[in-house]
Amino acid sequence: MMQVSNTIKTLLQLLILCFSLQSFAISDTEPEGTVSTKEQVDEYILHHLKDSHDFHLFSYSNDAGERKHIGFPLPVILWSNNGLATFMSSEFHHDDNGQVIVERNGSKFVKLHSKIYELDNGATSVSFDEEHHATNAHKALDFSITKSVVGVLLVGLLMLLAFSSLAKQYGKKKIPTGFGRVLEPLVLYVRDEIARPNIGEKHYRKFTGYLLTVFFFIWILNLMGLTPFGFNVTGQIAVTACLAIFTLVIYTVSGNKDYWMHILWMPGVPVFVKPILAIIELAGAFIIKPFSLLVRLFANISAGHIVVMSLIAIMFTLKKSLGVVGATGLSLVLSFFITLIEVLVAFLQAYIFTALSALFIGMAVAEHDHEHEHDSHGHEVADAEDVRGDFI
Amino acid sequence: MEVLLNDFSPGLFVVQTILLLALIFLMVKFAWKPILNSLNEREAGIEEALAAADKARTDMQNLQADNEKMLQEARAEREGMLKEAREIKEKMISDSKEQAKLEGDKMLKQAQAAIESEKKAAVADIKSQVAELSVAIAEKVLKEDLSSNDKQLKLVDSMLSDIKLN
Repeated sequence: MMQVSNTIKTLLQLLILCFSLQSFAISDTEPEGTVSTKEQVDEYILHHLKDSHDFHLFSYSNDAGERKHIGFPLPVILWSNNGLATFMSSEFHHDDNGQVIVERNGSKFVKLHSKIYELDNGATSVSFDEEHHATNAHKALDFSITKSVVGVLLVGLLMLLAFSSLAKQYGKKKIPTGFGRVLEPLVLYVRDEIARPNIGEKHYRKFTGYLLTVFFFIWILNLMGLTPFGFNVTGQIAVTACLAIFTLVIYTVSGNKDYWMHILWMPGVPVFVKPILAIIELAGAFIIKPFSLLVRLFANISAGHIVVMSLIAIMFTLKKSLGVVGATGLSLVLSFFITLIEVLVAFLQAYIFTALSALFIGMAVAEHDHEHEHDSHGHEVADAEDVRGDFI
Repeated sequence: MEVLLNDFSPGLFVVQTILLLALIFLMVKFAWKPILNSLNEREAGIEEALAAADKARTDMQNLQADNEKMLQEARAEREGMLKEAREIKEKMISDSKEQAKLEGDKMLKQAQAAIESEKKAAVADIKSQVAELSVAIAEKVLKEDLSSNDKQLKLVDSMLSDIKLN
């Protein structure tokens, strides 16, 4: 009972906090703030897929016809021609078309399609060419605490809290209780189903920490992307690229002699084929593998977000042909089931990224031409390196 | 491709790299290492316990087999001892029977021999007594006057009656 009342209290406090955010919220009139036509839906979806500089919760129009945005601003950190510049994103007043100019350290900044541009010297406003590209401004190097960074920080904090508390439990007892009982099988799953079979019994221990971190990082971020907070962290190509490059660095650094031999001078093939194979193998190791990792995760999560939002948008786009009830019903049913599938995809993509990373690492540390282990009946025990061929 | 490259934010990439590095480091230090160590420890403990249980079971089986063997041995020994005792008993009985028979025979023979010798002694004694008597009679006859016939006849008669009395 106590717990329940505590939970209710916490929820109430959260609710109050959310409403009190209104005082921080910046209100301004935006004639085209509502989303109801097909073009607006397309624009909204594209906008959502991008990273944003403020944490936007929801918007509404008040009685006076003003568009109000509820959320909170995030710090903007820029490296400009004149050095470091920091300010809160609220200074842009929700402008995303390069109208509002913020001046810091003698540099002028504008926000254009979720990117911050620095105006060239002497320019007072952004001018555009026919394709709506800025002609007198360039992108500033942007280290801002964007919504994605907030998501990363949040997930990192959650992971640290959850798993360090699980780690602490083991000090006192052999079997964890409470939430730890949920986490332990997940850790075991990554270790026994991803790390161990793909890397092999001999080397898996060294890489399990990385694989566990990446698995939970991607999974929780994917799931957070399905919440109404609308994080799209694993749909940011910079984030997936970073993850893929981590895997690339790890398997390149830990690759053994056999691995490099197979890349640079493939044994067992005619000499004139060897240089050709080396080119292919090098491209595979340094471009194709990381590229497949980063694009797969990015594309799957982005596509998921696009599909879910498009199905929700049926509510507006089919309102004329199906009527309000029909369009809303269809949209609810479809988006509900797609969201269920997206929950599965969230896990699946985390699993695939981790498993492929483990596979690539396993290929780099595999020891060839070794004595195979034999079981008690004298049969060869099929180990990771033998089975690996079936997957590639 | 151009859109993708345009969407790529170098700043976010740098921030993400730093955060991910920090996260990996922190998670390995504070979570994965202790968790995996404890899991390994626990698994090793379980394996050990299972092996110990297995060993205890085989030990138990060995012990039981040993007990059974010892019991059987004891039973066989008892059987053997009983058999031996029976044999000894029977042998003793038959031995003593034989001995008794031999002894009896011997005693019988001795008795017969004694009887024979007694008989012989008695006959010899009789013979000597008859001789003595004959001599005494003869003496007496000689000492009495053997003049008259009557007296001689009387004497023989009395002598004969004497003998009859013997």
